[in-house]
Amino acid sequence: MSNNKDYWKANLRLMAFCLTIWFLVSFVFGIVLVEPLNAIRMGGYKLGFWFAQQGSIYTFVILVFFYAAQMNKLDKKYNVHEDEER
Amino acid sequence: MEELKLYTYIAVFGTFALYFVIAWWTRASSTSDFYVAGASVPPILNGVAIGADWMSAASFISMAGLIAFLGYGGSVFLMGWTGGYVLLAMLLAPYLRKYGKFTVPEFIGDRYYSKTARIVAVLCLIIASLTYVIGQMKGVGVAFSRFLEVEYALGLGIGMFVVWVYAVLGGMKGITYTQIAQYCVMIFAYTVPAVFISLHLTGNPIPQLGLGSTLADGSGVYLLDKLDLIVTDLGFKEYTTAKLGSSLNMFMYTLSLMIGTAGLPHVIMRFFTVPSVKGARSSAGWALVFIAALYTVAPAVGAMARLNLMETIQPSTAAEPLEYAQRPSWFKNWEKTGLLKFEDKNGDGRIQYVADKEKNEMVKVDRDIMVLANPEIANLPNWVIALVAAGGLAAALSTAAGLLLAISSSISHDLMKGVLVPEISEKSELLAGRIAMTFAILVAGYLGLNPPGFAAGTVALAFGLAGSSIFPALMMGIFSKRIGSKAAVAGMLAGIGVTLLYIFQHEGVMFIKGTEFMMGMDRNWFFGIDPKAFGSVGALVNFSVAFLVSQVSGERPPEQIQEMIEDIRIPSGSSAAVGGH
Repeated sequence: MSNNKDYWKANLRLMAFCLTIWFLVSFVFGIVLVEPLNAIRMGGYKLGFWFAQQGSIYTFVILVFFYAAQMNKLDKKYNVHEDEER
Repeated sequence: MEELKLYTYIAVFGTFALYFVIAWWTRASSTSDFYVAGASVPPILNGVAIGADWMSAASFISMAGLIAFLGYGGSVFLMGWTGGYVLLAMLLAPYLRKYGKFTVPEFIGDRYYSKTARIVAVLCLIIASLTYVIGQMKGVGVAFSRFLEVEYALGLGIGMFVVWVYAVLGGMKGITYTQIAQYCVMIFAYTVPAVFISLHLTGNPIPQLGLGSTLADGSGVYLLDKLDLIVTDLGFKEYTTAKLGSSLNMFMYTLSLMIGTAGLPHVIMRFFTVPSVKGARSSAGWALVFIAALYTVAPAVGAMARLNLMETIQPSTAAEPLEYAQRPSWFKNWEKTGLLKFEDKNGDGRIQYVADKEKNEMVKVDRDIMVLANPEIANLPNWVIALVAAGGLAAALSTAAGLLLAISSSISHDLMKGVLVPEISEKSELLAGRIAMTFAILVAGYLGLNPPGFAAGTVALAFGLAGSSIFPALMMGIFSKRIGSKAAVAGMLAGIGVTLLYIFQHEGVMFIKGTEFMMGMDRNWFFGIDPKAFGSVGALVNFSVAFLVSQVSGERPPEQIQEMIEDIRIPSGSSAAVGGH
């Protein structure tokens, strides 16, 4: 069953990477570092404000699809994918 | 006014008729249809349905209004109610789908090999879902009482009846396909006015870009800078930097909404309806796309509504405020509902709208009216206003239906079939589910008549409750092979316990006014954290208590449970949901 263990470890690594970005764009850029980031402007948006009300949401969408695509690859690599006809 | 009423009736009853037709077409004939739509919903469609299920009256009606008045502080709702899907997609959905059962308590009961755990999970689920349903019912009442000009109670009754018809008849299958229609109504109704208003104010038809653009009046000033200028001039907090309490409070608030999102059973249940684990992962992505379509527009709606409101009434301290006799028709309409109140304190017949409580004459501006009044404030055509009414109702009804299904399935499937009468036939279980749903609707209606707080506020409490009880139990169930039944039960009870305690202390026992017990403590005494943000603290307590009990008792899950955990971690060998047969 070491194959399944390796698959699980690879999954956890990928998850850790994605959740780091998730944490960064929302909690760090949107809340903790919002004041210094607000000094930078993007058109009418202050950057920290933009991350809190726009940027974090776009990043979340990309993250979830990225995770799903990478997991599909891992499923194939470790041969734990579901039957094809499903 | 008569024209508006006619359009509203057409929009509202037209969409209702559509929902009924869909419900009849897709009515449930088996328990599998009733609980998980036969596990046959394609991922993109499931994503749309999750979007509708998810975006409640709170998202549609209340959120932009909250942002309008909170400014930057309102970001907690935007990040919290979307970021939770990242957690769902990675930490819960694929594994729960692989497990392939009907309900969340069923997974908890099996994983922790304990009927007690299952019953505790049912309890947590019902508390969180009922708190959530109250918000929806209030939204329905507000929308009806304004647009059909009926009594709040009658509006609520009509809403209850509509949900009852299609949820009881169609179960998950009917609800899913109705929700797809409701999503379309909702997103159209939300975006159309936003595009018009953005175009009008900034010349840019895309609200997300309009919010960051210069004003179309030729001044070259950015919209957000203008808004900051007006509100600070009148003594309010600066729009783009106003915090919601402290940074710590915002941090905990956002986290609480995120884990609550991932722990709310009516959303998790939706992932049982897709045919595969792969489908569960991608449908979380699609759900987020459809949710983001509204959530990235909401901040633009909020800021633009605030700007329009200020410019209509009092654009600066230097300018003469609006004369009360000259007030526009939307002002009069909302005054009738009692959600907007003016009091001429200095007797000059003009509307002073300033931050100073002594001088402010807009004594009541209910935040919930902002989205509904927005098209009127911006002078949009009547059919747009009618559309918004139908959209608001679609949002409230779709979420209410999903929640009621989660409640009724936990009663008929987990309590009756799982614990009380295991030998119940499928037909009787289906009937029990329908009866339970009827009851749930009646209770929700009663609570909607005596609602605590405004819609989004109440809803935020539900997230804290789900986040502090169900989310940690599910996460530990999947990611730890060491946590046993005693630890899980103790964790759930401790988590929801401290959260409820803190909420009741501030809002009253069972939200009944006058039963608050602050005992000389200040509001938000725990590091300035709001009761609505307390779910993250509750979750922390849940994890800690579970870990401690696990260490002290030394209880480890038996061999077959450890194998089951190994099994749900890999996608291969999944099957359609089969409710514990």
